[in-house]
Amino acid sequence: MTEVAMTNGLLLAGILFTLGLTSLLVRRNLIFVLMSLEVMLNAAGLAFVVAGARWHQADGQVMFLFILAMAASEVAVGLALAVEIHRRFKSLDVDTLSNMRG
Amino acid sequence: MELAFYIASAVAVLSTVLMVTRLNLVHALLYLIVSLLGVAVVFYVLGAPFVAALEVIVYAGAIMVLFVFVVMMLNLGKRSVETERQWLTPGIWTGPVLLAGVLLVEVVYLMRGVPAALGTAAVDPKAVGTALFGRYLIGVELASMLLLAGLVGAYHVGFRKNEKSGNRTGDAT
Repeated sequence: MTEVAMTNGLLLAGILFTLGLTSLLVRRNLIFVLMSLEVMLNAAGLAFVVAGARWHQADGQVMFLFILAMAASEVAVGLALAVEIHRRFKSLDVDTLSNMRG
Repeated sequence: MELAFYIASAVAVLSTVLMVTRLNLVHALLYLIVSLLGVAVVFYVLGAPFVAALEVIVYAGAIMVLFVFVVMMLNLGKRSVETERQWLTPGIWTGPVLLAGVLLVEVVYLMRGVPAALGTAAVDPKAVGTALFGRYLIGVELASMLLLAGLVGAYHVGFRKNEKSGNRTGDAT
């Protein structure tokens, strides 16, 4: 395999993370918020794998596996909450959650 | 191989941009799957074939299927596209996009002076497995506990209580 500069891999991770952050700040739909969280977690895992490939260690990939497990459990709980919120408020607008009284 | 890296990166970034700007939820999900596949190709080019396979199987397979199931359960139609169009006015866009763009430019500027190269040799799955079940064994146990907690939590939150009866502690049968 030919060499790819480490900067480019980290740049890709940074761009993807920024896109996810922008989406998280801009969208009001709860499902879109969860999807942008997925994008951001994926970008963080990409940074770990790039660092692991830079120093030829397996630790980066191990960290990606942990991020994968965390993303899976986070998405399961988050989507269950989304279903419950849609059932209760008949809307996926995250601003309706500010009306929850305690 | 270097060209493959750039093509896959471009596909991932472009499909993520398209995902962010979609109004229909299912279209956005499809673009997110394409983005994850692009990142999987990047992983393969970087010499991490095990993680690339896991990215396709777990992310693009399992987690996206969860999203699709929930979208089908909620049964959002044309009405939601209209509300999304109302929510996504350009005034809301500009502020966060500009601020996040400033952060991105800063990161690009700061990482200019790191001329290290990578991708010369692959880290095979055997090394990953040895590290995973050797040094990181406690992490694996904690991850399994986290997954169990996620399972129990999702079941508890999504459990449909008896909605007909007024009191919830009443006729549970």
